[in-house]
Amino acid sequence: MATTTVESTVAPRPRLSRWESPWLNPKLLSGLAMVLAVGLMGIVGSQFWDATLARVASAPLNLPPPWGPGVEVTVEEGAQETAGGAKDAGALTGTNPLKQESQESTTGQTGRDARGFGVPSWEHPLGTESNGRDMLAVLLVGAPRSLRVGLIAAGIGMGVGILLGFTAGFLGGWVDTVIRTIADSVVTIPSLAVLIVISAFVRQISVENMGLLLALFAWPQPTRLIRSQVLSMREQGYVKMAHLSGVPTFDIMFKEMMPNLLPYLAASLTGNVSGAILAATGLEVLGLGPTRIPTLGMTIFYAIRAAAILRGMWWWWGIPIAALIVIFTGLFLMTVGLDEIANPRLRGIQA
Amino acid sequence: MRGLTPGYLIRRLGMFVLTVWLGATLIFIIPRLAPSDPVAAMVSRLLAQSGSVEGSAEMIEAWRARFGLDAPPLIQYLRYMRNMLTFNLGYSLTSFPSEVEDMVVRALPWTLGVLSIATVVSFVLGNTVGALLAWRRTPGLVRTLLPLSFTFTAIPFFMLGILLIYIFAFGLDWFPVSGAYGRALTHNWNWEFVKSVIHHGTLPALSIVVTSMGFWGLGMRGMMITTDGEDYMILAQAKGLHPRRIFWLYGVRNALLPQFTALALNLGLIAGGSVLVEYIFAYPGMGYLLYQGIVNTDYTLIQGIVFIMIMGTALGVLMIDLLYPFIDPRITYETR
Repeated sequence: MATTTVESTVAPRPRLSRWESPWLNPKLLSGLAMVLAVGLMGIVGSQFWDATLARVASAPLNLPPPWGPGVEVTVEEGAQETAGGAKDAGALTGTNPLKQESQESTTGQTGRDARGFGVPSWEHPLGTESNGRDMLAVLLVGAPRSLRVGLIAAGIGMGVGILLGFTAGFLGGWVDTVIRTIADSVVTIPSLAVLIVISAFVRQISVENMGLLLALFAWPQPTRLIRSQVLSMREQGYVKMAHLSGVPTFDIMFKEMMPNLLPYLAASLTGNVSGAILAATGLEVLGLGPTRIPTLGMTIFYAIRAAAILRGMWWWWGIPIAALIVIFTGLFLMTVGLDEIANPRLRGIQA
Repeated sequence: MRGLTPGYLIRRLGMFVLTVWLGATLIFIIPRLAPSDPVAAMVSRLLAQSGSVEGSAEMIEAWRARFGLDAPPLIQYLRYMRNMLTFNLGYSLTSFPSEVEDMVVRALPWTLGVLSIATVVSFVLGNTVGALLAWRRTPGLVRTLLPLSFTFTAIPFFMLGILLIYIFAFGLDWFPVSGAYGRALTHNWNWEFVKSVIHHGTLPALSIVVTSMGFWGLGMRGMMITTDGEDYMILAQAKGLHPRRIFWLYGVRNALLPQFTALALNLGLIAGGSVLVEYIFAYPGMGYLLYQGIVNTDYTLIQGIVFIMIMGTALGVLMIDLLYPFIDPRITYETR
């Protein structure tokens, strides 16, 4: 890795005042704010919004959000037929079905517009979908859940990674060879594909078990990173000094080296959280996630299955995607910010 | 030590075998640790569909025997390994007479085509952009505009795919929503067919290129900044070499090397991400086939496809690894 010469480049560092701490990196902070906003949304939101509206058939069907560009695409359609027979994702096959469909009249349904959408109201500020779920409630319930899956998986992966990385870096020899070889090969396995097999067999899965499952592929990255950092740090003056002074190995690891590893560990953690959420969402989008509770990925799955894209129901898939984009972008900014803290040279040229 | 030494070759081949073995073993063991029984689940699904099936208990037994699930686990495992390694992937459970192998062979070219083109394009584009960003001589305007191409970096492939479908296929109707070629066309290597294939493949490829470009760009930018501080760069400038020569042959040439390692490490992620892209676009490649396997709970199909995907990624990594000594002659791989 290229980021091993941190100490030498910042060696004669003047004492920084509290507000000049490198940890006050703007990218890190704005990313953190985005992630926290999504995380807190669930806790704060459930205080003034009824989370039970996320259940099926708890709200009227197909209401667009009252604020949106509701009539973006004026295609007429008998939406009720399509809504009921939730087609397979195969509904995407072929050319755009709406544009071929004759202009059926959809009269006879009170309060429905030409596309079969209800009259938007502020009772459902983000609209509702075809299964009668309120999108705001889905968002409040689903978004924190996605974060939780990611944190569980990345947390476990980090723990295992710290353990194995330090072991490999310190002990060296055949232990190192074994750990490094296994980590190197697990990294290249297409994890999503393997996870698909597993969840296709298991089917019913809880959020916690999903996190555990994802941790299976979250440990090699931190292991590799910590191992390489430990190897390069072991040769540095302050570690050798500590060794010579008879500081116990355990103390060297956690008191001397850990503080220097912190930005790397944090960057690796945020990267892993993002990776785990991506994998979890991927499984959910394929219909392999927890089915009893709404998650952002499952919402996208239902939307695709009901051909929401081609029915112009942008809020159905757009809202979970927007939430996920905030999460992913936030985590990404945090990772970039932490990288800059770990490797001060990157701060030099502002992109 | 230069080029491809026997020791290096053996070590890389060993990694390849280990990766395939690990992947294949994972997809064998973990489903069997799960409490659910696929055969019982399949029979109960049949029950749910047709109301009642006579002798469902015997049926479960018969099917277990049919799939060799009554053998001791070790025998099952050895049998499974032998089948996988000889590419004897078995019959599809739901479209019975067809073999998984044939289905995979039909789907593979589509995936390979889109995936390899998209990966190469995003790798080249991303690295160029990243290198230019870190280069002092890049015009200021270009340097402020280039980061815009990183906007979608953090977004998964398939999410951009959905947005692209909504905007360019549904809204503007510039591109088809799904499929790999026009329905009226047959497999014929005439211009009409090729045009249709390109037309259908653009959006899926684009969703991979645009989202993964930033990853390469940011990595390359970091590497270029590191390279820029090296002594040989200063020497090259002191010698008065042409800046373009310094940029390409001294800067990019060296900064690119770790990027190839990163490519090898990320092939698995790219392959996984493409599964979702194909599913979103109903593109008839491996990913869409896999999705159909999931929908129909076709376990042999799922297992077969995933094994081929593990194998394919491992092969890709092996290829990059074997090319590496030629790209970087310094490599000895005694220590890493």
